[in-house]
Amino acid sequence: MAQLTFIDFSGTAREVQAENGSTVMEAAIKNGIPGIEAECGGACACATCHVYVDDAWTDIVGKPTSMEEDMLDFAYDVRPVSRLSCQLRVSDTLDGLVLRTPERQA
Amino acid sequence: MNDVVKTDALIIGAGPVGLFAVFELGLLDIRAHLVDILPKIGGQCAELYPEKPIYDIPGFPMVTGQGLVDNLMKQIEPFSPEFHLSEMVDSVTTIGTPEAPLFRVKTDAGTEFEAKVIIIAAGGGSFQPKRPPIPGIDAYEGTSVFYAVRKMEQFRGRSILIVGGGDSALDWTLNLQPIAKRVTLMHRRDDFRAAPHSVEQMRSLVASGAMDLKIGQVTGLEGEGSILSAAICRDAQDAEFRVECDTMLPFFGLTMKLGPIASWGLNLNENLIPADTEKFETSTPGIFAIGDINTYAGKLKLILSGFHEAALAAHRAHRYVYPDKRLTFQYTTSSSSLQKKLGVGAAST
Repeated sequence: MAQLTFIDFSGTAREVQAENGSTVMEAAIKNGIPGIEAECGGACACATCHVYVDDAWTDIVGKPTSMEEDMLDFAYDVRPVSRLSCQLRVSDTLDGLVLRTPERQA
Repeated sequence: MNDVVKTDALIIGAGPVGLFAVFELGLLDIRAHLVDILPKIGGQCAELYPEKPIYDIPGFPMVTGQGLVDNLMKQIEPFSPEFHLSEMVDSVTTIGTPEAPLFRVKTDAGTEFEAKVIIIAAGGGSFQPKRPPIPGIDAYEGTSVFYAVRKMEQFRGRSILIVGGGDSALDWTLNLQPIAKRVTLMHRRDDFRAAPHSVEQMRSLVASGAMDLKIGQVTGLEGEGSILSAAICRDAQDAEFRVECDTMLPFFGLTMKLGPIASWGLNLNENLIPADTEKFETSTPGIFAIGDINTYAGKLKLILSGFHEAALAAHRAHRYVYPDKRLTFQYTTSSSSLQKKLGVGAAST
């Protein structure tokens, strides 16, 4: 289990518990986190589960794969800390992870 | 003026559910034409996830999106459906009665149909170009900002900013560069999804000074009225820069929008079409809604649900297309008349 914190565009923080092996996107959808749409259901095919990884966590979370980078091209306001949450696999090492959701999904 | 295409059924959407509707209608001798806005058959399966495995199609432990589409195409081959691709249905007009429905349907390409029944299998709606959420962009759309190139000549002598890193962005960069005053390609990173040989061609044009390549993202637009004069951009280090241009072509992929369906007079519920669960008919008799586009109590957006809905809609459609014929329920395993239609079994030889 890992505790994840989602901070929305207006600054409101929401904490959720995520099971190891699930994706951060799944945890967000299950808990009704606003700002994550996940139109394609986790196929890395739509770029509507875009999140910004908190600076303190970028090294632990790591970089996107080239397929994910390609898909990030379709997201809005992409930054160096941008990831697609459907590609982030939850494990104990992500316990405490802080993510920000963008102003809007593309 | 084109001739009107007369058909028993018009299916809107050539995704898996629209394709299987051809099969269920075909078994009941109902001929179908299909219209899809994409240039290819298969809907989301082919456009969004052709190589992704699907695990919940009955009888297929695993099949890819494209694999499912290929199999469905093989399955409906005996019914020779006719496809009208890269066309979007614009308007639907009722010219029949609720007891004997008849519809006049027009597409944005000017094709006209006269159909006894309409099956809307439009999934998440029509795929349309994604509009980048740049403040004030709508003021320039159609005059300075375009999401597709219909006539290249329109862009002769223009200063064009092309945004994106895929095949559309690269192809139009290479095609418009010779006739434009200047072409600038902008992408958020110096790495392109487009075909390697187009990327190479682009890079050599940049090296020879024939065009510009900028790495960054557009954050704002400048101009007067609907005439663009510059794009305000930001690079990876957050430094701002400007690109002078009178034309911008953003290529940010496709998104799904309900589109013109909203104006056909059907009852809607949050971009979905309510349908009954007995025959999957909409509020207009003779117009059916199946697959992801419909909604009803307990609806699950699964391909297999769409297949079931297609079978029930087809049986109701039979009553409209053949009001005087009695429909006897038959199985493909045992019915010689169904097997004849499919071109299989003893009856076909």
